[in-house]
Amino acid sequence: MRELVLTRHNELIDPLVRVWGWEIPVYLFLGGWVAGMMILVGYFLLRGRNREDTCVCSVLPGTSVVLLSLGMGALFLDLEHKLYVWRLYTTFEVTSPMSWGAWILLLVYPALAAAFALRPPGILRDLFPAVDRLSRRLDTPVGVRGIAAANLVLGISLGIYTGILLSALGARPFWNSAILGPLFLVSGLSSAAAFGHMVARHHEERELLARSDNVFLAIELFVVALFLVGLLSSSQAHVAAARLVLGGPFTASFWVLVVGAGIVIPLMIQLLAVTHRIAHTRVGPLLVMAGGLALRFVIVAVGQVSHWAKV
Amino acid sequence: MARYGMVIDTRKCVGCTDCVVACKTENQVPEGLNRDWIADDLTGSFPTVHLEIRTERCNHCDNPPCVACCPTGASHVDPFGAIVLVTPEMCIGCKACLASCPYDARFVHPDGYADKCTFCIHRVKDGLDPACVSVCPTHCMTFGDLDDPNSEVNRQLASRPPHALMPAAGTEPRIFYLT
Repeated sequence: MRELVLTRHNELIDPLVRVWGWEIPVYLFLGGWVAGMMILVGYFLLRGRNREDTCVCSVLPGTSVVLLSLGMGALFLDLEHKLYVWRLYTTFEVTSPMSWGAWILLLVYPALAAAFALRPPGILRDLFPAVDRLSRRLDTPVGVRGIAAANLVLGISLGIYTGILLSALGARPFWNSAILGPLFLVSGLSSAAAFGHMVARHHEERELLARSDNVFLAIELFVVALFLVGLLSSSQAHVAAARLVLGGPFTASFWVLVVGAGIVIPLMIQLLAVTHRIAHTRVGPLLVMAGGLALRFVIVAVGQVSHWAKV
Repeated sequence: MARYGMVIDTRKCVGCTDCVVACKTENQVPEGLNRDWIADDLTGSFPTVHLEIRTERCNHCDNPPCVACCPTGASHVDPFGAIVLVTPEMCIGCKACLASCPYDARFVHPDGYADKCTFCIHRVKDGLDPACVSVCPTHCMTFGDLDDPNSEVNRQLASRPPHALMPAAGTEPRIFYLT
């Protein structure tokens, strides 16, 4: 038997760490979703789909800018020393994933803006001739390939960074897994494909996005399994952390919301849709996106509860 | 350059919390928050039980994860004695350092920045011991340079088997407990 009593009762720390509330999971979800959309934009641009009026790649960059700004707004709300946020851009700390993220986010905006400028809405072209001139200047084979490459590279970096942000914190065994980077990346891709599936106007594109979402969901399921196997085959603290979702207090939220409602059920619905047994609906994509959000909420919450043995 | 650390004799510590009060007074730690605290660690089953009373604080680790994860460089290892410090004017309050510390030794100061034990660097620079060490009525704490083989901390470390907290976390803490 062991009983440890502390005289300390610091806010956000005791009795259990809860330094990050709703803001960080929302930021991680929106960041991952935008990362996935950037990768899809890069893919569609490389395939030359931007020439088609109905291409979903003309919708995703503008949506991404809005979502990323909302995510960064959530991140800003989480800061305790808000007036000093500019300090992020006075240095580059090579060992800090948050510092990497701050600089990556600074590069993401121009890449998205360039993708947006390739096919700006007609009203913008009419109101601002400069937008039209910029669009014509960028819309060259070299320009499109450059924008596609920038969106692909920065999308992958952003997606992985959202996972590494947590996995670099070795004090919390549940987060301390390199698998979190790929997990958040593939989850972001899946949310992006689900969103594209919902907003695509071209039937062929909707089919493509639904099929690719099914692949992403299957990979996500596999990566979730790898994540748990990795924890269970590691130190005692990591095994204890894994048990928080394997019979512990977070079992229901993890398996029902994240795996069941967020991966398995939409995968089944979309498998039926792409094999033409049922019509395409918004139920599957909405579940995928809700599952992506639930994944971040559960991982952030479980990680804060997990800890090393006190001695 | 010195590498300051602390040795705490758990046979002498009675958990009186004088060190806690001294720290709060010396450093004007806000109400409800603590830079140091007492841990009563009871193990075993009757009649074979063991009680270790410890005074705990930031371990000023040799491999500090709070410094590695800080995105602005606010958390840093000071050249003076390799003491781990926070520069409030550089801290954005992201709380990554709070999440990265396995000892949960940090907290958010009401003014918004991350705060923690400084080993009373302002006193040490004046040749004094940290406030907690100077007030201890049982003299259970010894502060000094771990790199000086003739220092009192090294004599204490050689006297009985020491242990550090959570060695598996890999942070290489510089506070040692004599059991």
